[in-house]
Amino acid sequence: MTTWHSPTQEKIEIRTAESAVRTIALAGQPNMGKSTLFNLLTGLNQHVGNWPGKTVEQRQGSFRFEEHAYQLVDLPGTYSLTANSPEEVIAREYILREKPDLVVAVVSAANLERSLYLVSELICLPVPLVVALNMIDVAEQEGVQVDAAVLQAALGVPVVPVVATKAKGVKDLLNEVELVFQGRRILMPRLPEVTDEHRLVIDQVSDLIRPYVPGIYPVDWAATKLLEGDVEMTARMKALLPATRWMDAHAILLQHEDAILSIASGRYAWVERVIRAAVKRPRLGQVSLTDRLDRWATHPVIGLFVLAGILGLVFWLTFALGSPLQEWLDTAVVAPVAGLVSGWLAAAPAWLHGLVVDGVIGGVGSVLTFLPVMVIFFASFGLLEDVGYMARAAYVMDNFMHLMGLHGKSFLPLFLGFGCNVPAITGTRVIDAPAARLLTILVAPLVPCTARLAVLAFLAPAFFGGAATLVSWGLILLSLTVLVLSGILLNRLLFKGERTAFVMEMPLYHLPNPRTIGLLVWQRALSFIKKAGTVILVMSAAIWALSYFPGGTLETSFLAKIGGLLAPVGGWMGMDWRLTVALLTSFLAKENSVATLGVMFGSSQGSGLAQTLAATYSPASGLAFLVVSLLFIPCAATVAVIRQETGSWRWTLFNIAFMLVLSVGAGVAVYQLAVAVGV
Amino acid sequence: MALNAMKHSLAELKPGEHAALIEIHAGKGALGRMSSLGFTPGVDVEMIQNYGHGPLIVSVRGTRIALGRHEAEKLLVQRAAA
Ligand SMILES: Nc1nc2c(ncn2[C@@H]2O[C@H](COP(=O)(O)OP(=O)(O)O)[C@@H](O)[C@H]2O)c(=O)[nH]1
Ligand SMILES: [Mg+2]
Repeated sequence: MTTWHSPTQEKIEIRTAESAVRTIALAGQPNMGKSTLFNLLTGLNQHVGNWPGKTVEQRQGSFRFEEHAYQLVDLPGTYSLTANSPEEVIAREYILREKPDLVVAVVSAANLERSLYLVSELICLPVPLVVALNMIDVAEQEGVQVDAAVLQAALGVPVVPVVATKAKGVKDLLNEVELVFQGRRILMPRLPEVTDEHRLVIDQVSDLIRPYVPGIYPVDWAATKLLEGDVEMTARMKALLPATRWMDAHAILLQHEDAILSIASGRYAWVERVIRAAVKRPRLGQVSLTDRLDRWATHPVIGLFVLAGILGLVFWLTFALGSPLQEWLDTAVVAPVAGLVSGWLAAAPAWLHGLVVDGVIGGVGSVLTFLPVMVIFFASFGLLEDVGYMARAAYVMDNFMHLMGLHGKSFLPLFLGFGCNVPAITGTRVIDAPAARLLTILVAPLVPCTARLAVLAFLAPAFFGGAATLVSWGLILLSLTVLVLSGILLNRLLFKGERTAFVMEMPLYHLPNPRTIGLLVWQRALSFIKKAGTVILVMSAAIWALSYFPGGTLETSFLAKIGGLLAPVGGWMGMDWRLTVALLTSFLAKENSVATLGVMFGSSQGSGLAQTLAATYSPASGLAFLVVSLLFIPCAATVAVIRQETGSWRWTLFNIAFMLVLSVGAGVAVYQLAVAVGV
Repeated sequence: MALNAMKHSLAELKPGEHAALIEIHAGKGALGRMSSLGFTPGVDVEMIQNYGHGPLIVSVRGTRIALGRHEAEKLLVQRAAA
């Protein structure tokens, strides 16, 4: 029989900072409506960046309420504050180190038991806490009734019911926050208990570490994290404590290796007691909407068809709507702008004219025309994510992803790669195991993005006429096969077939929120435009310079020389120096190869070029060129983001080298094979 | 609720069956993640979907959670008597 040690209740003091900006941190588990609340309060007054030194998104924003300025920080969604991933460390370090004036914990009334688990941790930290009891509407639909007043009494901190998607109760929430700031709410948080046995251990460990714990960490709290086996805190204390002291502490901790389970049980026992009076359970046996939809969406066979259907629809939308828009941007915006600027620069030196018109406008302009395609793709994805479908897609693809030693979660970023590899690689942040994340990043550039599909769509008919569609599908399949094989190979060689645990929450389905999706698309588009204006701008100018100097023509340029040097390798693939150069310029942006060929053959990108190419090259050369184009080294923007997300030039260079070998190997094989069978 | 004394792996439960979780065998990282998601000793787990291969879905503390079969096999449960 366990006896519970009763915790002391302490009154939390409010740091009154009159007139200054008040900082509030939003904390919560994933899918509690934290971002919805954040967006509602800050609107477009928000800034998205990264947490310092981490590849975790950071959102900050500001708003005013009753003549006070507030700074709002959206902490990463975490199930707990124990370090299972960088997110938990960020959330707790922010609270302890940056000391926000107040923390608002967002919990779901429809899922109170699980969502209060985080509160059981937050309530132990030395910071004022207000609980936003969100999703009241969902709870009511499911027949769950939560009595906020009872919950507030049980927790000892203010609890305010809200419906973030309908902006209900948000004013009450801010009023409550105001009352706390005015010192008119006395916070008497009721803390979770610790068993006598663990109380003893925590006290022993606390005594050992006390002189060495950095001032920002409550000693008891640090000791508890050690007992929970927290990786980050263990490493930190090991570094701070003298070796002998650490050995003493470590010996105690070793005897309680499974303590996390009973600590978690203790917190859940606290949660159960807190909600016992406050929650009325629904009638049992009712089949919810989620149950009904999941019969199809997560079925091992039907689910795959559902997924294929949805993905087909997304593709159809992207190309049926996006491609005409892209062409329109190209002919109605980029071309006239280039013409206009060309006119202004008529008197300028030829190199300046070339740099601005061909280099900058040509390069940045053609990348920007991809914006509509990307917006449609991101909007579709935002919608699927928001309604709760993405977790289902990950679930049905889990088996397949095991082939590569990955699990379902890796499927989502890879799929995003069909739009553009850049968000695919940032999207790997959803994968919690570092090895699985790295492997996903390494294979992601093998997903044929819209730019490569556009090249394929233009060149396949030129080389293969009526068989173009068949050849295109064949080549896409080939890319994906190469992706899977590479995944299997890299997993064996680099990660020794390491397995990662697949544990993922399946959120309930719900109606999409246009504001959430709109903001997501807006931010993605903005960061894409920023990239076009910076990295891609510089790279465009550089590649243009290589294609112009020293002689002023492409044929005599550095790029042509490089192409000449590489000619032997090109020869194995049936490619002359012009195809080789076209391939090299695709490093800047994949669709550049078509533009480069246009420049070299002195014709527009229209039908003239297609005919010239068909007359110049054999189908075998054409096929090899397309294969290499699809598998060639990632574009500049992708390289930049691989570096950013892996934090390592070594892996980035490895990735480039790997794809170079792969593409050239495939190109040679395909060409020699095609020649042998007489294509 | 009377419990059947036999220990089973969670992966053996059929959809609709309830069981009490008794042992969790998982790596350190997975243990922390799973316990914060609600997998603690004694908790009631309901099997939602299990086709005998591939991942499965359970309900724990009112939340649906997808688990790889490999992970589910390392959770030991006692069936609630029918
Ligand atoms: N019905 C309903 N849905 C909500 C509410 N708050 C958020 N949502 C939805 O819940 C989902 C997750 O919300 P989000 O803000 O992204 O959660 P986060 O993961 O905590 O940032 C989104 O689809 C929201 O539209 C609410 O009060 N009621
Ligand atoms: Mg969010």
